[in-house]
Amino acid sequence: MSDLKPGMRRCDTTGLPVCLDAQAFIKLNAVMAVVYLLVGAIAALLLVLTRWPAVHLLDTAWFYRILTLHGINMLIFWILFFEVAVLYFACTTLLNTKLFSRKLAWVSFGLMVVGSVMTDYTIFMGKADVMMTSYLPLLAHPLFYLGIILVAVGTLVGVGNFFGTLYVAKRDKNYEGSMPLVTFGAMTAAIIAVLALLHGAIALVPTFTFSLGLTPEPDPMWYRLIWWGLGHQSQQVNVAAMVSIWYLISYLTTGAKPINEFVSRAAFLLYILFINLASAHHLLVDPGVGAGWKIWNTSYAMYLAVLASLIHGFTVPAGMEIGMRIRGYGRGLFGWLWNAPWKNPAFSGFFLSLVIFGFIGGITGVTLGTQQINILAHNTMRIPGHFHATVVGGTTLSFMAVTYYVVPLFFQRDYPMKWLARLQPYIFAIGIVMVSLGMSFAGTNGVARRTWDIDAAGIYGSTAHLMLGIMGVGGVLAFTGLLIYILLTVWAVFFGESNKGRAIFDWGTPPIVASQAEAEAAEAEASAGRAPGTMVLVMILLISFVVYYFANWKALADLWWVR
Amino acid sequence: MSIHSPAPDWFQMPHGHERLWIGLALVWCLIMFAMMPFWHFKGKQNSTGESYSVTPAEFTERAEKFAQTNKVSEHNGIPVAEPPPGGDAYLLARMWSWYPVLKLRKGETYRLHISSADLQHGFSLQPINMNFQVMPGYDHVLTITPTHTGEFTIVCNEFCGIGHHAMIGKIFVE
Repeated sequence: MSDLKPGMRRCDTTGLPVCLDAQAFIKLNAVMAVVYLLVGAIAALLLVLTRWPAVHLLDTAWFYRILTLHGINMLIFWILFFEVAVLYFACTTLLNTKLFSRKLAWVSFGLMVVGSVMTDYTIFMGKADVMMTSYLPLLAHPLFYLGIILVAVGTLVGVGNFFGTLYVAKRDKNYEGSMPLVTFGAMTAAIIAVLALLHGAIALVPTFTFSLGLTPEPDPMWYRLIWWGLGHQSQQVNVAAMVSIWYLISYLTTGAKPINEFVSRAAFLLYILFINLASAHHLLVDPGVGAGWKIWNTSYAMYLAVLASLIHGFTVPAGMEIGMRIRGYGRGLFGWLWNAPWKNPAFSGFFLSLVIFGFIGGITGVTLGTQQINILAHNTMRIPGHFHATVVGGTTLSFMAVTYYVVPLFFQRDYPMKWLARLQPYIFAIGIVMVSLGMSFAGTNGVARRTWDIDAAGIYGSTAHLMLGIMGVGGVLAFTGLLIYILLTVWAVFFGESNKGRAIFDWGTPPIVASQAEAEAAEAEASAGRAPGTMVLVMILLISFVVYYFANWKALADLWWVR
Repeated sequence: MSIHSPAPDWFQMPHGHERLWIGLALVWCLIMFAMMPFWHFKGKQNSTGESYSVTPAEFTERAEKFAQTNKVSEHNGIPVAEPPPGGDAYLLARMWSWYPVLKLRKGETYRLHISSADLQHGFSLQPINMNFQVMPGYDHVLTITPTHTGEFTIVCNEFCGIGHHAMIGKIFVE
């Protein structure tokens, strides 16, 4: 690493270079992200307390309003603000480079804040009860669309700043050879973000002009097709960002070392190449697109994107297994796993995120995206059951986990009440697993998503009510975990003990206990490509996957015949 | 080392457990890849997405004509229509009702036309749990064969405004 440039400082513990401009914008974007996380979380609590039939808190209008607010704030605002922070981190600190442009960073941040406030204001005024998807011809106030468009443009500007930084780092030879894996993952996220946001513009700009009465109504089916080019790809941005964070945290907490850089990088590339076409799985029971088109796009494209996730599902824990074995925690098949730093909230958050994303989110998602099986699941609670496992149990939990390093590194403050921080990922994870499973099983009982009341139909039995109850209890638990996260983080940021000039608090990273000989033996195992513990874990995943997948075909075979 | 530049020779083919896993994952993806076309030819549940362009006014007219011609009784003030086996049946979705109520026969096949007079709606048949999207401007044709008898409820599962949860329809199968 070369000497520090002006405008940069070196972290006292990690020795990582920190660009002061980037640090300022990482702070700003992360703070806004957490603000929207809180707004979305309060909305979430109100929603679970309404869909839990025994409580049934909100009235009809406010339920749909809050549901719109929840989706937009969580899936767009919280995640996009945080992702911009992640991008700024990955291109400056990891490449030892200054941020490309301070001005662009201001423009990006300004547009995103103005747009997000505009959208939330419109929703609160009751002018945009249109859900996250705002399917035409259901129409919101023009400010709702304009707000989202501004957020998208702001994000694009931030992504442009990221690419500018990559270019400058390469030009000035700030790093040698290829860029680090985490930066590479962030770059794939940024590329997918550009594709997603362009789809968003194609869908939302004509909708905005239509809402102003300037242009004719876009075709509702056309809108769905293009909208999902935004809707699903933006979730793949989260996946790519999340996987990058998995690699980052597993390295920071256990010294993880990827077995094969080429495999990990190729898996990121598969996301870019195939995820757009795989968005077709949102239209599987729609009129207007034929069965051949649905089968073709969802089959080859989706499964190549799924392959990428299956590969990361191996490479991330395998890297960790190898890192732990080299440190001397190699006893037996799972010695590396038992001795992992479970009291480090960054580690536990990361590992729980990996497990929830893989076992619940991944398996359910692929099954729901099968053309015929979708008949069983479309617009039922199985859909939110799936994406609460991927986006909340996966992405949000991994973002929370990385905060336990972001705050000490960029805000230079330590967390208070370490014991509570250690518990936080577990409380949140248990809660969100209950939410996800409660929703999924309510969905298999036919309960519809985005519906205020199930009793009006008079057909749902005790199982459906029980499952919604489990979701309700889980929601309260997850909210508690989230509130702990926010309170501790806000406390740390504003009142935390400064760590300037001394080591960042160590959450319990396992020390290196291997002798020279042991470490060399472990290195030799690793270079032979051996990660036996991980191999057992992924086989359990594969078997669960196969069982769940074919159980759904069995359930499908019991339905009425339909052509 | 995920946060540092990799060694210059990072471009290497996978080996060991990693290669084994990629192979297994690929085989599983190929099995899933084959399942959709397989079911399309061998299975009984395949929505082909057959649909035609129709204006909401035209479709409403067709649905009303169908309901009057085939009316056999009434259910809560809504006509109950029994289409001829093998024939066409119409179902109109609008805020916040399904029109008309249908009476079908087990084992007979019908061409069920579904469309909307206003917003997008969701056709969710309970308790058997079959779900389809209903779009204004599109006559969505489902060639359907009931395999169970009894009273079935159509729940709207696409948000369509304040009264969305009360948008309930019926299909009786004898």
